[in-house]
Amino acid sequence: MGVITPAKANPAADTALSRALNDELADKGFVVSQLDKLVSWARTSSMWGLTFGLACCGVEMIHCWMSRYDLDRFGVAPMPSPRSADVMIVAGTLCNKMAPALRKIYDQMAEPRYVISMGSCANGGGYYHYSYSVVRGCDRIVPVDIYVPGCPPTAEALLYGVLQLQKKVRRTGTLVR
Amino acid sequence: MDELGDYIARKSGATTGIAVRLGELMLETAPDKLVALLTFLKTDPKCLFAELMDVCGVDWPEREKRFDVVYNLLSLQNNQRIRVKVATDEATPVPSAAAVYSSATWFERETYDLYGIWFSDHPDLRRILTDYGFEGHPLRKDFPLTGFVEMRWDDVQKRVIYEPVKLSQEFRRFDFLSPWEGDIPRILPGDEKATKTS
Repeated sequence: MGVITPAKANPAADTALSRALNDELADKGFVVSQLDKLVSWARTSSMWGLTFGLACCGVEMIHCWMSRYDLDRFGVAPMPSPRSADVMIVAGTLCNKMAPALRKIYDQMAEPRYVISMGSCANGGGYYHYSYSVVRGCDRIVPVDIYVPGCPPTAEALLYGVLQLQKKVRRTGTLVR
Repeated sequence: MDELGDYIARKSGATTGIAVRLGELMLETAPDKLVALLTFLKTDPKCLFAELMDVCGVDWPEREKRFDVVYNLLSLQNNQRIRVKVATDEATPVPSAAAVYSSATWFERETYDLYGIWFSDHPDLRRILTDYGFEGHPLRKDFPLTGFVEMRWDDVQKRVIYEPVKLSQEFRRFDFLSPWEGDIPRILPGDEKATKTS
């Protein structure tokens, strides 16, 4: 009891399916919808997040990975290296001095890459909008996919933003970005 | 505390003013006597102010010598804090305290960065906080809040560039003083403590 037995292999059904697939491939030459679904499924279920914590928002970003909300279960793993990250979470105030570094990190990420801008400061300068040393929104430096509002946004809000990004990737569904 | 102030003034001979305000001892001195005073405060057995907690600047634009450089010292042995002030202007350099307190180097760099106060004999007087190639000294009162330049990514040049500031909406001061309340000097929370001591 409690042991899950795998569904019994049905050779007849398998051959019927593969024959149908072969017929369709021979007929049309491509299977579009299934492949892009497969690709977007692969993309959405393993979005490694580049943790770009710049200020207090970074703490909420850490909370989002901790046991209560646990971003890991969505396949979003914290990834310090930009080379193997898929989504950059810009959490906090982006200063002028940091902006070239942020862009360099973004350029090092492999395509397809996504950016979540987290908190008012990253969205549009926020509290420091009129400051002499702050970039008025990180979308002046890198293209942003999802904006998460709040000062700072709760971990739930960031989680919601990540889910929205997954939805966006799923709906866009293109191979080349 | 008055006693200690008198002692320092008498023994070092390098102060130009002593004050005890809000329960804190403050000394004033001239730039040429600063290093002598700091050395005295660090080594004298009755002072032993061995820790330099902070060096900062103050800008008084209406004064002829518009800057104050403030040194906050702490004596762990005597459980005593002291503040040393030096007045200067943009052109007059202040001798660096780095020879006496090695921690002064970065504090003085910060003061130089934000106020443009020049420290002579400093081993490495560069900007420390603001951006590379930044122009101006942001904590001066005549520096505008939004500065002069803003930054964005230029997709043609493939690098971040500086542009003159363009604000879609000017900075607004929210003055919450009601018109029928008038310009009454209100007592802020915490101010009542200030009158009690001192």
